[in-house]
Amino acid sequence: MIPLFDLGVAVARVAVFFAFVFGLVVVMTWVERKGAAYMQDRRGPNRARILGITLFGMFHPLADALKFLFKEDFIPDNAHRLFYQLAPMFALAPAILTMAVVPFGPPVTIAGKTISLQIADLNVGILYLFAVSGLAVYGVVLAGWSSNSKYPLLGGLRSSAQMISYEVSLGLSIMGILMVFQAIRLSEIVLGQGELLFGILPKWGVFVQPLGFVLFLTALYAEANRTPFDLPEGESELVAGYHTEYASFKFSMFMMAEYIHMVVGAAVIATLFFGGWQFPYLADKGFAFPGGLSVTVPAAGVLVLRIGSFIGKTLFFCWLYVWVRWTIPRFRYDQVMRLGWKVMLPLSLLNIFVTGLVLLLIDKGGF
Amino acid sequence: MEPILFIIFGAIAVGGAIMVVTRKHPMSSALYLILTLFAVAALFVLRQAHFLAAIQVIVYAGAVMVLFIFVIMLINVPENKLPMERLTGLRLLGVVAAGFLILESAILARRFAMPAGSTADAGSVQAVGRALFTDYLLAFEITSVLLLAAVIGAIALAKRKI
Repeated sequence: MIPLFDLGVAVARVAVFFAFVFGLVVVMTWVERKGAAYMQDRRGPNRARILGITLFGMFHPLADALKFLFKEDFIPDNAHRLFYQLAPMFALAPAILTMAVVPFGPPVTIAGKTISLQIADLNVGILYLFAVSGLAVYGVVLAGWSSNSKYPLLGGLRSSAQMISYEVSLGLSIMGILMVFQAIRLSEIVLGQGELLFGILPKWGVFVQPLGFVLFLTALYAEANRTPFDLPEGESELVAGYHTEYASFKFSMFMMAEYIHMVVGAAVIATLFFGGWQFPYLADKGFAFPGGLSVTVPAAGVLVLRIGSFIGKTLFFCWLYVWVRWTIPRFRYDQVMRLGWKVMLPLSLLNIFVTGLVLLLIDKGGF
Repeated sequence: MEPILFIIFGAIAVGGAIMVVTRKHPMSSALYLILTLFAVAALFVLRQAHFLAAIQVIVYAGAVMVLFIFVIMLINVPENKLPMERLTGLRLLGVVAAGFLILESAILARRFAMPAGSTADAGSVQAVGRALFTDYLLAFEITSVLLLAAVIGAIALAKRKI
């Protein structure tokens, strides 16, 4: 049925992506603390040490993991036991599934076989991403409701309303990208971004769809429940929101889900709006700068540069989450709703309209 | 491979649907309904209707069912006050009618061959989009007007003063 080689490649691909995302999740918990401390002029994590080495507090994630594993796994008396246990799984599973369609690099040819650096190049492409990430809301809602306690319930209600509201803008904000690149597969969108705009600028999504980028970024932050949209767990009003009653490993599953959402979100921004694995002015044979200058780079170098470029962009947007979190204060709830329905939605519709108009004019030779 | 997957997902869909109507707690019913919707989406994928499968998950599992759960959460009936529903004569009749429906569809399936034309990309986003905006444009536009009317109607009903 399936040749052994292909099966091996598929397994290896899933394993590598899994390791990448989970590794980044661990690093991000450290980056978040260190970034917060840096911005507030503190030292941040610096206590955890192994044999006297602290390594800038890099061992803190390790201490965290041990703590999560060994704390008491507590279930409140009045909780709906089954749903209470299911909720963290409902939160974590969609988060992990979303990374399946993100291309990490160009297809590689090894021993006459082409291997794509993407777990699944689905025909529905970006729709899969929305379908799966839309399910993340169940984890939050179920956690809030099954805890049978007022703060989690309020947090769950808030977050479900927020996630449904911003899902609309999230979906509409990328329509422009799909229209410009005439593609819905992520691999094709990345290929389209390898061209040049007016002969000088890389044709990255952010240059052809600046408004779309701002809308997508905002909606993504709201979907991931990150500041300034972290009302579902607004600690000053709701203790810890939907996961107030969770402890131990179940709590850490919610944490992991949030951080995986961040990492995958960063990778998707890089893919849709910043050229994915495209390195500016780098073609298959080497650099080709506008103006005729070209530098030849061996194929392996090109591959390394491209994968490195994708990872670099992803890391930058991961850092941007931390940056925004410690810069912008939290919105009030009515402000979140007003922004979602009265600003983001009309703007994303306008973006689609203007994009369509411009594409039509270009098509008719008006430009 | 395909028949095996069909049987697996078909069984999940039917089993989930039975659980939806037999569970006591509305939250269980809602979660089983999501499971059924998923299994049906998987059946769509097996018939190469990728776009339909994605839309099924986005619209039904991602949006409609969230609203269901929202309502169950807000009403929040305590477990000991949930009504016990009995198997009345009318419901038994429903089971019998369902049996006939299954029998009829089995007979129909034996008599008519599967519709041809479900090639590899007949259910792709491009193919469905082209069909919607050329052959079925009128139906598509009428449906969108109908949905718009429903949205306006919902607002008119929910708001006392507009």
